[in-house]
Amino acid sequence: MTRDWLQSALEAAGIQSARLLPLWRFMWIVSIVVFVLVVAAALWAVARHRRDAAPPPSERGMTRAILGATALTIATLFAFLVLDFSTGRAITRVPHNPLVIRLTGHQWWWEVEYDDSIPQRHLRTANEIHVPVGRPVLFQLESGDVIHSFWVPSLAGKKDQIPGKENSVWFQADTAGIYRGQCAEFCGYQHAKMALLVIAVPPDSFSKWYDSQLQPAAPPADSIAARGQSVFVSSACVMCHTIEGTQAGSNVGPPLTHIASRRTIAAGTLENTRGNLAGWIVDPQRIKPGANMPPNGLSSADLNALLTYLEGLR
Amino acid sequence: MTDVAAPPRLAAERIGSAAPAPDVAELERTWHERGGFWGWLTTVDHKSVAKRYIITAFGFFLLGGILAAAMRLQLSRPENTVLGPDRYNQFFSTHGTTMMFLFAVPVMYSLGLYLVPLMVGTRNVAYPRLNSYGYYTYLVGGLFLWVSLVLNTGPDTGWFSYVPLAGPEYSPGKRVDVWGQAVTFTEIAALVAAVEIIATAFKMRAPGLSLHRLPLFVWAQIVTAFMIIFAMPWVAVASQLLPLERLVGTHFFNPAEGGDALLWQHLFWFFGHPEVYIIFIPALGIVSQVVTTFSRRQIVAYPAMVLALVATGVLAFGLWVHHMFATGLPQMGMSFFTAASALIAVPTGIQFFCWIATLWSGRPRLEVPLLFILGFVVVFMIGGLSGVMVASVPWDLQVHDTFFVVAHLHYVLLGGGVFPLFAGFYYWFPKFTGRMLSPALGRLNFWLFFIGVNLTFFPMHELGIDGMPRRVYTYLAATGWGGLNLLASIGATIIALSVITFLANVAWSLREGDVAGPNPWEADTLEWGTASPPPPYNFAELPVVEGRGGLWSRSEARPVVTGLRSDLREVLVTTVLDAVPDHLHFQPSPSVWPLLAALATGVLFISGIFTPWGFVVGAALVTLALVGWAWPRGKELEDQRRQEQRA
Amino acid sequence: MSSRSVSRRAAAALAAGALVALLGACEREARRFREVPPTVTGMAVVREVDLQPGNPIPVVTARSPYAENAYAVSQGKQLFQAYNCVGCHANGGGGMGPPLMDSEWIYGSAPENIVQTILGGRPNGMPSFGGKVPATQAWQLAAYVRSLSGLVRKDVAPGRSDHMQVRVQEQSLPEQRPRTSTVPPASERP
Repeated sequence: MTRDWLQSALEAAGIQSARLLPLWRFMWIVSIVVFVLVVAAALWAVARHRRDAAPPPSERGMTRAILGATALTIATLFAFLVLDFSTGRAITRVPHNPLVIRLTGHQWWWEVEYDDSIPQRHLRTANEIHVPVGRPVLFQLESGDVIHSFWVPSLAGKKDQIPGKENSVWFQADTAGIYRGQCAEFCGYQHAKMALLVIAVPPDSFSKWYDSQLQPAAPPADSIAARGQSVFVSSACVMCHTIEGTQAGSNVGPPLTHIASRRTIAAGTLENTRGNLAGWIVDPQRIKPGANMPPNGLSSADLNALLTYLEGLR
Repeated sequence: MTDVAAPPRLAAERIGSAAPAPDVAELERTWHERGGFWGWLTTVDHKSVAKRYIITAFGFFLLGGILAAAMRLQLSRPENTVLGPDRYNQFFSTHGTTMMFLFAVPVMYSLGLYLVPLMVGTRNVAYPRLNSYGYYTYLVGGLFLWVSLVLNTGPDTGWFSYVPLAGPEYSPGKRVDVWGQAVTFTEIAALVAAVEIIATAFKMRAPGLSLHRLPLFVWAQIVTAFMIIFAMPWVAVASQLLPLERLVGTHFFNPAEGGDALLWQHLFWFFGHPEVYIIFIPALGIVSQVVTTFSRRQIVAYPAMVLALVATGVLAFGLWVHHMFATGLPQMGMSFFTAASALIAVPTGIQFFCWIATLWSGRPRLEVPLLFILGFVVVFMIGGLSGVMVASVPWDLQVHDTFFVVAHLHYVLLGGGVFPLFAGFYYWFPKFTGRMLSPALGRLNFWLFFIGVNLTFFPMHELGIDGMPRRVYTYLAATGWGGLNLLASIGATIIALSVITFLANVAWSLREGDVAGPNPWEADTLEWGTASPPPPYNFAELPVVEGRGGLWSRSEARPVVTGLRSDLREVLVTTVLDAVPDHLHFQPSPSVWPLLAALATGVLFISGIFTPWGFVVGAALVTLALVGWAWPRGKELEDQRRQEQRA
Repeated sequence: MSSRSVSRRAAAALAAGALVALLGACEREARRFREVPPTVTGMAVVREVDLQPGNPIPVVTARSPYAENAYAVSQGKQLFQAYNCVGCHANGGGGMGPPLMDSEWIYGSAPENIVQTILGGRPNGMPSFGGKVPATQAWQLAAYVRSLSGLVRKDVAPGRSDHMQVRVQEQSLPEQRPRTSTVPPASERP
């Protein structure tokens, strides 16, 4: 996989992350100044006697110096608090007319559901979140098992997904691009490989994408793909995955209706290529030990057919 | 044990050599601990127990360090396969649990157990058998954790064991129960140590050593002991509720049955945050002692220092929510915790200013302990400043649970814990062993450690900001995190070299080091007023203190306490505020019962993770052991009679 | 015999006993993610009578790899929900299918019997999951099903789940000694 995404708190691509930059600059500069002053004072306090017998300062003078330094510390901390509270207030303000997405963390993938007042336009997908540029997106955070934490550094700070607790967080992507995030709360074996991509696109391409995702899966294009489809519904795949328009309708694992339109597989772990997909299907435990997908000992003809079928699910 | 009302014969002081010299040979006989294996098992001498504590804790530090090295090896390049997720999770969980519960906290209070009786000028800790019980409980807990790790049953849900991941559904087997009970053992040991330190420091001080003359190290130990007493019960509750969930099927943390997963986090962090200060405050005490000694003057603004220690101890209980900023608590509520977290920088700042002023106005000698204190200033400053940063809710929401926090906590704990600890070790090693550590190796030890720590942990700030979460067993090459991780791993190698240098220094100095004498640093506090290492009875004649600290303010007359019997284990009990002699206290002799009681405690908690009946059987055994412990026996009865007759 | 040699022997016996107990811990805690378990095709024929013509045919059994493995039993528990076993067996109490927490076993209580039941199906309603449920998962499910009637060690069986409590947790269920049972007549079936 090549890096074509942003993933840094300081490479802000949206208003929520950008609000932090002044606070960060303040903290960074003040920290350097304080650090240099204190360390220099400590070193000089030890070193100054090396040269000659420096006269000891009066106790009273020192008490004053300590009081002054303490007052300065309090003043600096106060400035920090003012800046911090105003930044915090700005970040928690609820946006107007957001796009609402329900994001459920599972061991070890993300379930993404776009709410819509029309039930037929309710969309369920996984691990990749498409959002329109310039519109706030509000995430309702849930968990299917243990605590996870949703975090896309270039867009916003993190928020935990806790069973039995309703959390939400919002961001707005101001520039089109890909923003990577990783689960930030330790959640078991594959915490390290539980990533997601936020793909911010202009509003019109977003609605185009949305409409295409609402379609059921593309029917098999040729006889090989048709065989692949029958492999899918007659093997272990069908026990966990959904492909709309086929018999496969289980909600245990990520939905695969438009798997070929995704950039990555295995929760942002592998680039979505035929070879990677084959490796993942045959031996997922080598790529993500402990993940819930079992190894599948398919014959090479079946595997090839299955891959052809999945590659057609655009 | 019998308390006797203040006998009138007790002369508070003796001037010059007019009074008869104490019968040192008889003192030696009275306080002597039997040699050999049996003597080793039964000792109640605070110095033997504390030395054992320190060595055991350091052993766990090495073991935890080996795990850290394995983790750095795994993370040195992307998608490495040295450790799989199963092993890695066990390693990082055991690393954290070991470093916090088996190393940092015990090593700090064990310094107190060794030094507080010496610094306050008495013969032993207040409850010597309880002290020995505390050590064995700690040892059982530590061994339990590590044997479990070797048997592939090491905890794998982190040192914080968040539910539901650590709950019965998502953590099958006994791994999390091992964590819970190992932690319980260390809690008992810490509570025991806290009781010892408070009782010893408040009631057994030498006459004249009133509270406002107490060395800052003792103050720090007192504050820490109170923090242990208020903080540890929370995690003790938590670490029993968790095995209950897992064994009996309670629903404290199950939201589907009216429990709350966040309840665990509140319980854990209400302990977990003060825990950091339980490590840090004794370190502040070490810094104050070392700065005083090597500046060759009393600390500037002593009352401010004491108040700062107490304030830190109190404020530490108001910070726990800053570990939970990302859990979705109300913004307004979190602001208070931000303010409290910023506020705690003030007392720490005051102490920094006072130390600098002390050095400034003194005549500093840059010996190895002071070198480590300067290292502490640099490294801890970085950790403290990044600590103020993570106190900010918006900033913490970005860097929480990332390598930025890994960097922060290691800067704080290595800077605020291990650097002062090394300083303290170089400082008190002559007192412990009678020999000096080599200064040349000490400087090498310092520079390797200083460079290693910064090289390992500074790049992690950047990794966290760039999106690398904590507790990951690997990362993708495309993230671009490989370079900084490799740098960190190289730094870890340098830390390992530094620790090896330290071990070599200890090994060499134990045999070849310069003989120290009672007071090689010309220090002030009372522990330097007796031989190195101190005799079993600490002081042939208990000193009377005439000013702050002790030795520097001693008059020519050198007053001492007379009237203590040398044929009985008798200690002087004084009043809390002014240390006026109050009564005599009769101390118990060596006993094997503390060991048996600790083993019974071990049966209780370890079998209790397999069956609820384990608690019943274990409780019965503990009761039996306690009865045996308290049962009066021949020699003790006789000693008691003799003491009563005389009174 | 001197007292020293007695104590030495006692210590050795204690050490050996401890070692055995500890190795048990190893098996309980192992996580084997990539294991290929034994296959059961053509094995584990359940006999309802002992009489057979000619020489007795030994029953070939595949040993369960997960009988004492807590992780596998817990995975089986997850799969029991994920694969909707509860749809017919409820949470062990039975419904359309027979209860799994009692002592009655129609097609055998051994893990290999259960695996064959899952993969091959049984007459009167149990569908065949062969080809759909991989062998590893079938063994995990079998291990879990046995825990429902207390046939799995207590320190291996799962604790309570993070949902509404529907019955006593598996590790507290009483052991039901397996009895061979026959298919109940249609009139008694729900």
